[in-house]
Amino acid sequence: MRERFGLRRFVDRVVRGACLLATVLALLPLVSVLAFVVVRGIGGLSVAFFTGLPKPVGEPGGGMAHAIVGSLEIVGLACLFGIPAGVLAGIHLAEFGGTRFGRFVRFSADVLSGVPSIVVGLFVYALVVARAQRFSAYAGALALAILMLPTITRSTEELLRLVPESLREAALGLGVPPWRATLRVMLRTALPGIATGVMLAVARAMGESAPLLFTALNNRGWARTPNEPTASLPVNIYTYATSPYTDWHQQAWAAALVLVTLVLCLSIVARVLVRRGAG
Amino acid sequence: MSERASVVRLRDAMSESGDDVQVASRSRSEKVEPHAAKMRTVGLRAFYGDVEVLKGIDLPIVDRQVTAVIGPSGCGKSTFVRSLNRLHEVVPGARISGQVLLDEQDVYARGVDPVRVRRRVGMLFQKPNPFPTLSIRDNVLAGVLLNGLAVADPDAVVEKALRQAALWDEVKDVLGRSGTSLSGGQQQRLCMARALALEPEVLLMDEPCSALDPIATARVEELIHELRQSYAIVVVTHNMQQAARVANLTAFFYMGELVEYDRTDVVFTRPKERRTEDYITGRFG
Repeated sequence: MRERFGLRRFVDRVVRGACLLATVLALLPLVSVLAFVVVRGIGGLSVAFFTGLPKPVGEPGGGMAHAIVGSLEIVGLACLFGIPAGVLAGIHLAEFGGTRFGRFVRFSADVLSGVPSIVVGLFVYALVVARAQRFSAYAGALALAILMLPTITRSTEELLRLVPESLREAALGLGVPPWRATLRVMLRTALPGIATGVMLAVARAMGESAPLLFTALNNRGWARTPNEPTASLPVNIYTYATSPYTDWHQQAWAAALVLVTLVLCLSIVARVLVRRGAG
Repeated sequence: MSERASVVRLRDAMSESGDDVQVASRSRSEKVEPHAAKMRTVGLRAFYGDVEVLKGIDLPIVDRQVTAVIGPSGCGKSTFVRSLNRLHEVVPGARISGQVLLDEQDVYARGVDPVRVRRRVGMLFQKPNPFPTLSIRDNVLAGVLLNGLAVADPDAVVEKALRQAALWDEVKDVLGRSGTSLSGGQQQRLCMARALALEPEVLLMDEPCSALDPIATARVEELIHELRQSYAIVVVTHNMQQAARVANLTAFFYMGELVEYDRTDVVFTRPKERRTEDYITGRFG
């Protein structure tokens, strides 16, 4: 008996150790990527980086104000297109999704979430850019919105399904019309989770460069309207990092740091907003 | 022989449960007659898909009385109360035929808005279901808030409803806390307050105590006792002692049919139907 107890304790330690090791291994790339970006990027940050435009090649300094604003603009537009459509589709699936059409939508969303982002970019290029004969922030936003759709739709559906049906009945029993019960009770109860799902989608879209390459393209200066080529951080990171100039490499690292920080801020803001709303 | 004996035992058990039952049952016999039927079902049939769960029910719901609906699981008790406030039809594939009259007007008539019916006929569910995103105060006001309506003095509405539900003293200092922070029994009384705040005319309770401990059950039963002065109340229950304690009138359902309906003391001590007697003596169900 004693011996077996000793053995069990030994196995317990080994398994615990293995779990800990695996956790550290999983965290290692995450932490090192973040640390690397901070260490390499922090040197390139300056006031000019946030306020200025790129200088001609060879001249030191210059900034990426246009790319920061451009990224926010494209992602903002993408949210405008993608979040309402995604959330409403999710509501449809959760409420009336038992039909053949519902299964079709669900399947399409799952397939869409597996489509490489560059293919989505190509699709928007063919659909919008080639016809309008111009690259634009609108086209970029459309590509990002399409990328966001499946995540938002499916997470909205899953989270709505987690809300107990008894809450809907409680609302209906109080003489609340069904549509209000869905919005004010079911959706409201699922909101923190849905917001997290949306944030994940937005964060992913924010970091995409491939679908923007031939939709929003890039711009060395300010885009006056969303209907012309617009710079974005990921595309600029790509352009600068693959350039032969050392000071551009520095700029690329700084842009990467700004991008990571933006995504982090967005998710923190979303969390705070949701928590305050729930109080 | 033994059946009679157990009926007698049950009757004794009922009278042991307190003098007020005795008093109540005496006043009951005088009270039953003068009050009119607040609601009435005529040939009510309910279906889930092709399955008929209610097979033509004719039952009055008398105003200012408590009507208990008893019967074994699956006999259609819950479906019956859910069809009174048109909540049955919310389930996909569920439908109704026959009539449910509220003040002699058919709530299933063409052009009647189910939403309006549900405001007049409040409901309390088996499991307490306060809204987790709302505070205690807002839970009481839920019927108003969720409908986007306004009330002149919300605080007065909250206090009145919580007092009626005998919950005011326990929560008056924590009205801002979440409704789900309360204990199960308190949550159920909160749901009661939520229903009462809409000032319904009829209260439906679908096994309101089955998720509660005995003390919380006693409080809810006490509450039902008080509320029957102003409402027509229907209580679905599995617990025959509970039916005997709270109800003046009892309806026994079996396999989707109304087997017997009478004053509670009559149903429990001198049932006319063999099936009723078998059920209340614990022979089946």
